[in-house]
Amino acid sequence: MTKTPASSKSSGATTAVTSFRAKALSWASHHRRVAVESLSSLLATWLTSLMTWLVIGIALALPIILYLMLVNVAEISGEWDGQPRISLYLVHGAAETEARDLAQRLLERPDIESTSFISSVDALVEFRAISGFGDVLNTLDHNPLPAVIEIRPSTTDVSQLRLQVTSLAGYELVDSVAFDLEWIERLFAILQFGERLVAAVGFVLALGVLLIIGNTIRLAIENRRSEIEIVKLVGGTDSFVRRPFLYLGFWYGLGGAVCAWILVQGSLIFLSAPVETLAQSYRDDFALSGLGVLDSCIILGTGSALGILGALVAVSRHLKAIEPK
Amino acid sequence: MIRFDEVSKRYPGGKEALVRVSFELEAGEMVFLTGHSGAGKSTMMKLIILMERPSQGQVFLAGTNLSRVSRRQIPAVRRSVGVVFQNHQLLFDRTVFDNVALPLAIAGFGHREVGRRVRAALSKVGLSDKEKLFPVTLSGGEQQRVGIARAVVNKPAVLLADEPTGNLDPELSKEIMDLFHQFNQVGVTVMIATHDLGLVSRMKRRELKLDHGRLEEVAL
Ligand SMILES: Nc1ncnc2c1ncn2[C@@H]1O[C@H](COP(=O)(O)OP(=O)(O)O)[C@@H](O)[C@H]1O
Ligand SMILES: [Mg+2]
Repeated sequence: MTKTPASSKSSGATTAVTSFRAKALSWASHHRRVAVESLSSLLATWLTSLMTWLVIGIALALPIILYLMLVNVAEISGEWDGQPRISLYLVHGAAETEARDLAQRLLERPDIESTSFISSVDALVEFRAISGFGDVLNTLDHNPLPAVIEIRPSTTDVSQLRLQVTSLAGYELVDSVAFDLEWIERLFAILQFGERLVAAVGFVLALGVLLIIGNTIRLAIENRRSEIEIVKLVGGTDSFVRRPFLYLGFWYGLGGAVCAWILVQGSLIFLSAPVETLAQSYRDDFALSGLGVLDSCIILGTGSALGILGALVAVSRHLKAIEPK
Repeated sequence: MIRFDEVSKRYPGGKEALVRVSFELEAGEMVFLTGHSGAGKSTMMKLIILMERPSQGQVFLAGTNLSRVSRRQIPAVRRSVGVVFQNHQLLFDRTVFDNVALPLAIAGFGHREVGRRVRAALSKVGLSDKEKLFPVTLSGGEQQRVGIARAVVNKPAVLLADEPTGNLDPELSKEIMDLFHQFNQVGVTVMIATHDLGLVSRMKRRELKLDHGRLEEVAL
């Protein structure tokens, strides 16, 4: 009586050894099959799925659009470029020789690239030419304009420029230093704030996407409770039971990312004409930076990863509790 | 093949489903498990496939002490046993073929091997022409046979059936029992829980009787 099961057992063992390759192949084909099945189950209820995809898409698109705004603003402001100018207004009555001498000496400073001296007479001539106040100026009995040394600093770093301005103000001949640091600093602060904002919004919305997908997967698990029980009853491993739900999460995430991509590209097309007109008043070669191939891959990858992660969370919290009864 | 050693099972809530049950089943045996409703028959089956754990005592399956089997190892134990339940436990949104193929998909068999084994199992239970149908379109007896095909498709050494003829008329019940008999003939260890005493006495097999969780061997 004991002979037959023993032999059937050993034949089972041989099959297991000889068919390792076959098993790997079948594992791959099972993955493929589960992937296709979970996608077609989503497409079978496409309206519901589309809603979920859109919600995920909007949540992903928002931080991306914010980020692109930031990148473009940074690009326009970066164009104000590495050539700031500092004007030193000299004290009235400074001797021209001394002033020229100062301009010359300043050149020796390592933080200054070039200087140019504009005497008060030259300044008046220039002012007369461009302002159209020539007649008014003629009525004055002395030249109200100071001599000026224009400086091109060798740095573009705001904090270094700030130090430089302070040190330049210390020269005896210098009456005042004109350099509009503030708006640059403000812009940089705003850009920095923008970066943080994008990071925070991105984080919160990614968390939202995780919750949306987690909850959707939880419902899917609930719907297929009896199926899960049966699969576990006939010896389905945790990873086997988990697999369809992870693929479901993947498709939700990927579909959401595709929606996000379409939303972002759509907004870019919608915005590009007015933004470029505006920006070209600063810079004539400005073109709105859009989504490149790499950006697109990152968006799709992030979406899919969030989908799988959300599914993993749901699966780890809800699948263990389902046991056959 | 199956051994219970002083096994007691007390459910949460205090119900004593099994009281110090001991018995041993040789490989290739066929045995009936009888007893009133609530006697503990299903509980015994559940202990063998680790749906429940004993409160006391130990259960051995093919030499493995099941109390040493971790949660992760449970699926492997379940794959080595074929189970048939009264409420067929079929996937109603899958075809007959896919239902029977489920244990093979889990075990990772190749496409061709799956087709071969599923068709062999279906032909054994007489459902060769129904593989593309969905379970709802089948009669109760046919659904039960799909369940049996699924239980044997992986060629398990042990087959457990919990009231497999519960809802069936005598004619169909006899067919199903004959099927189990055939599997036993090729060496499968078979354990059938039933309260169909007429059938049991006709089959002339070893009978274990449960009474309020206590087991006694019924003399042939
Ligand atoms: N999960 C459970 N929780 C509590 N009591 C249970 C549970 N399962 C079964 N029982 C009780 O254990 C006893 C034996 O049940 P069971 O093994 O299903 O008997 P049988 O299959 O012989 O009808 C019954 O009294 C039943 O009410
Ligand atoms: Mg029962």
